[in-house]
Amino acid sequence: MTGRFGDYGGQFVAETLVGPLEELWSTYLEARQDSAFEAELNGLLATFVGRPTPITRLRRLGIEPHGVTIWLKREDLTHTGAHKINNAIGQALLAHRLGKRRIIAETGAGQHGVAVAAACAYLGLDATIYMGRVDAERQLPNLQRMRLLGAEVRLVDQGTATLKDAVNEAIREWITHPDTTHYLLGSVVGPHPFPSIVRDFQSVIGREAREQFLAAAGQLPDAVIACVGGGSNSIGVFSGFLDDPVRLIGVQAAGDGSGSLGRHAAPLLYGEPGVLQGMRTYLLQDDDGQVLLTHSIAPGLDYPGAGPEHSHLKDSGRVEYLTASDDEALDAFQELARSEGIVPALESSHAVAAALRVAPTFARGSQLLVNLSGRGDKDLTSAMAAIGQRKEQTGGAA
Amino acid sequence: MERLEKTFARASERGETVLVAYLTAGYPALAETGPLIEAVCSAGADIIELGVPFSDPLGDGPLIQETTHAALERGVTAAAVLEIVAGARENGVDVPIMLMGYCNPFLRYGLEQLYADAAAAGADGFIVPDLPAHEADDWLAAARTHDLGQVFFSAPGSSPERLRATAERSRGFLYALAANGVTGIREELDPGIDAYLSRVGEATGSTLPVCVGFGISRPRHITALRGRAAGVIVGSALLRAIGDEQTPAGRILAASKLIGELKAACR
Repeated sequence: MTGRFGDYGGQFVAETLVGPLEELWSTYLEARQDSAFEAELNGLLATFVGRPTPITRLRRLGIEPHGVTIWLKREDLTHTGAHKINNAIGQALLAHRLGKRRIIAETGAGQHGVAVAAACAYLGLDATIYMGRVDAERQLPNLQRMRLLGAEVRLVDQGTATLKDAVNEAIREWITHPDTTHYLLGSVVGPHPFPSIVRDFQSVIGREAREQFLAAAGQLPDAVIACVGGGSNSIGVFSGFLDDPVRLIGVQAAGDGSGSLGRHAAPLLYGEPGVLQGMRTYLLQDDDGQVLLTHSIAPGLDYPGAGPEHSHLKDSGRVEYLTASDDEALDAFQELARSEGIVPALESSHAVAAALRVAPTFARGSQLLVNLSGRGDKDLTSAMAAIGQRKEQTGGAA
Repeated sequence: MERLEKTFARASERGETVLVAYLTAGYPALAETGPLIEAVCSAGADIIELGVPFSDPLGDGPLIQETTHAALERGVTAAAVLEIVAGARENGVDVPIMLMGYCNPFLRYGLEQLYADAAAAGADGFIVPDLPAHEADDWLAAARTHDLGQVFFSAPGSSPERLRATAERSRGFLYALAANGVTGIREELDPGIDAYLSRVGEATGSTLPVCVGFGISRPRHITALRGRAAGVIVGSALLRAIGDEQTPAGRILAASKLIGELKAACR
């Protein structure tokens, strides 16, 4: 059946949205066959987004002390600072094709919101963006950017006031205005066809990375590592290597590392299959099927589900899923900045942390590719506060 | 299914509109749900739609969200809701009781077990707002096995093909969403509702009853829909009437008064 990844995916939505989802899918399939659409998208990716992004070989991290070479795919160098813009610009073009001039979106870390606001400003569309109040407080620079770019930002107080609650409110708004509004979903989650469309728009990461890696290193990487919240940057980069003999490693947020309910955001490790926000996927839920609270220092990972394709890749064993904790992410955040001159997003720091942890398990001379999904400017206030707090707790030893 | 069929047949003979009253199970307290069911039935409700709370009720507006949140805080589970149904049957409530809830808690319970337990408790079927007809094979199989209703929705924008496919799969009745959006009180009916209900009627033929819900809150809404639909569904207005009162007795009175007024418009 269309829109399924093994047992996952589907279209568990209000009847009101079935028509708009069908229209979105048929419009997308047409667009993919239309060379003019492809040319316009590629033109915008080159001249607005700044693609291709380079890959960077790290000079110290990994080599010292493990003898492993780590490379980064530099999605942090895109316009607006994260991979989210690849999908935002693609879906904004689709909205044009659908004849819809009003865009709604959800955002967690704010990177998707900024990307949507920028794409809408450039293409002349109206943007309304839902953001949890907690996330807005920890990502203030992005809140300011969205408003500067002309988007209306609606703060959400429901639930934990984070990403899941922002998605709920965006879906409610979409149900209310399905004829005039396009919901520009920011990850490979939600009802069919979003997981497929967003994956396709993000697959540019994997195509570029594979080609660049072969050209630079003369071989494929031994492993590709990426963080997984909803899972769009990881699906984007993994899609380039699914048919290759390359280990693929997705990294979820272990939060405070205790493994306690409500203190992490790792449904692919600790969740069970369920239905939320239009899709069947691994979900953090209690014995009664109520969705559990989550925690991660990285707002973009602070989500109780993951894209249905990830659930399938987990069950099929094609991708290994690990976790990294808040502390490990903060360590990686600092290490990458100090030793390589790159400030990663806290989300991406989870992938870097996992790469450093698995590096000793690879033979010396191995080559690891990490997708650096975004840059860390947005996180400076919250990351520095957390680092300061750790120093206080450990008496300055950290 | 039999209780549902008889309810619609009897209303049709009398020339009445069926009144469906929505209550969130466990709101404002588990002990009050049974008495509220009995009160609204005595006041004229023909069918009870009993909400099973979910943490993320995507199809619901602020009023119902608040009530389901309150019910969850009191620990109300699907099993507790089935006990409420069984208790109502023991107390002589004989109107159909439909369980309304979102997919995940039901899936977690296990569909086959849930439908068996629901039938044993005396429930008459399920209304699942995030389950479109094309995703419902397993649910329909369980509904057929246990002779329960399985209600699907039509939306103002549903295509004729979609309306026909949905009507073909619905068991008991079709829930026609009166408007786009989430549940909540609306002042006026959508001006396009007549044309929309005509399209729905063409798709369902004369065999499947259609109940209209979302925004129905006043007698004049029901009067305007007379002859256009077999039934109407009232939720947020009833919950607001209940929520505005400070005592259990006050809540029973307010619910009975509102249902009495709405039922008068059904006759």
